[in-house]
Amino acid sequence: MSQAFTKSMARNIFFGGATFFFLLLVALSFDTMQVLPKRDHRENITDAVARGKAVWEKNDCIGCHTLLGEGAYYAPELGNVYKRRGGEFVKAWIKSRPAEGTPGDRRQMPQFNLTDQELDDMVAFLKWTGEINTNNWPPNIEG
Amino acid sequence: MQYKSQAVAKPYFIAAIGLFVGQILFGLIMGLQYVVGDFLFPAIPFNVARMVHTNLLIVWLLFGFMGAAYYMIPEESESELFSPKLALTMFWIFLVAGALTIVGYLTVPYAALAKMTFNDLWPTMGREFLEQPLITKLGIVVVALAFLFNISMTILKGRKTSISLVLLLGLWGLAVFFLFSFYNPSNLVLDKYFWWWTVHLWVEGVWELILGSLLAFVLIKVTGVDREIIEKWLYMIIAMTLITGIIGTGHHYYWIGTPEYWQWFGSVFSALEPIPFFMMTVFAFNMVNRRRREHPNKAATLWALGTGVMAFLGAGVWGFLHTLAPVNFFTHGTQITAAHGHMAFYGAYVMVVLTIISYAMPMLRGRAANSAKAQVMEMWAFWIMTVSIVFITLFLTAAGILQVWLQRVSTTPMGFMATQDQVALFYWLREITGVMFLVGLVVYIASFFVAGETKEAA
Repeated sequence: MSQAFTKSMARNIFFGGATFFFLLLVALSFDTMQVLPKRDHRENITDAVARGKAVWEKNDCIGCHTLLGEGAYYAPELGNVYKRRGGEFVKAWIKSRPAEGTPGDRRQMPQFNLTDQELDDMVAFLKWTGEINTNNWPPNIEG
Repeated sequence: MQYKSQAVAKPYFIAAIGLFVGQILFGLIMGLQYVVGDFLFPAIPFNVARMVHTNLLIVWLLFGFMGAAYYMIPEESESELFSPKLALTMFWIFLVAGALTIVGYLTVPYAALAKMTFNDLWPTMGREFLEQPLITKLGIVVVALAFLFNISMTILKGRKTSISLVLLLGLWGLAVFFLFSFYNPSNLVLDKYFWWWTVHLWVEGVWELILGSLLAFVLIKVTGVDREIIEKWLYMIIAMTLITGIIGTGHHYYWIGTPEYWQWFGSVFSALEPIPFFMMTVFAFNMVNRRRREHPNKAATLWALGTGVMAFLGAGVWGFLHTLAPVNFFTHGTQITAAHGHMAFYGAYVMVVLTIISYAMPMLRGRAANSAKAQVMEMWAFWIMTVSIVFITLFLTAAGILQVWLQRVSTTPMGFMATQDQVALFYWLREITGVMFLVGLVVYIASFFVAGETKEAA
């Protein structure tokens, strides 16, 4: 870079640019926070949904699955699993995982020993998640 | 080594490399579980292996960053470290806390770990990369604050350079944005929104400041180019990093419930994110070409050049590949993301930490550079690991393209598991390349034990 362009000019661009764009992020986030209630339907976050999220977290489901496309890529997307499979299937599936696994190459899901209450909460959480306005993602029901 | 207190960097670097080995071993376990589903089940389920793999990566990079700061700051400040004792104490606290957390992941079911650590009182666990129990997260904050105090006090009492200012900003930013990991509302959309303020603003924000300053420091040392020129480059690079990367956060806000306008902000700004990485490559090669001295440590120079190139490819090119919203609609949450993640982390952060270790470790062991024999071996390790990661990335990209096609583009979309079976070949190839990576890592570690003629440090 030429001599006319000094280090202190570069430093000013850095501080100015970083400050400006961070403030822009804050401003856009502020706007997003205003719009979100219409998109996430938070009025439907019941105690069951909140407890279901805790069950989701306590069993580290994100360590294998994606949820709205974020997480691990080892097992199916679950953001739309309520629509794809229905609540009863989800409960039966979680409940019926063999503790010692099934020998063979198929990927294994652990037996989490969830109570009936926890299973219901999980389904409530996944149902609510499926109703978030995600700009029509995923492209199809397979996730 | 010019200052006695720089010696505290050594245990940090050794721990970093040790944990790196652990990270790779668990990576290989996961890679095999992709195709041999019952491997180590139920002893180590995939989600546990993944937690260990990613958390070890984060922790060893943090060890690397802290070691780098303890090495660089006394030299930059022309002053001994404020408190070497505090630095060593924090080393042991961090290492023991980290080890206990990993042992916790591996020995009890995650739900039991959550219960044992009172996660219900303040739930923060079970989110990707932030799986640590609350007590570990608090420990990280304590260690980070003690570390920042130590470094800040050293800078305050000594010479203030741009490199140390940028490093300090990056490290403070790292600590500040980690605080968002304590915010976990029941509303998943809010949770995800601010989760990215830790994750994205770390790896595509403040960590790049740390990366830039480490690279600038090593380039000054090995090339002897005037500090004014190097620091000017540093400021321009990190200016572009934050100008593009902060609003670039928007590329995570396409499909998680956030408004459509993020598709524009995210696409436009993150499409520009390769620019600072490209500048970094040009910078590294330029400085080495204009060098004013022939530093005996050729290996460190190779790592520095490699960081520029691989960060540009992994973070820049592979990031751009799937960052535009219309593309990301199809690639979001597939192996394409995994491909990008692997090369970006290796190219940017793994390589820069190995760069500073390559430069500093011989000094810490009382010589300007390792023997020619040891350096040749280290350079072999560089090439084996780097070529391996390139192929891991290519195989995952191939798997990702097929996955997107079969599962999302096709008029008769296949289910997730059926699709995975179709791309199994590429997972096998990835696993074989992963073993090659481990070979490279073993060669790398062996290079530390190769003797031969060396010169005393100046």
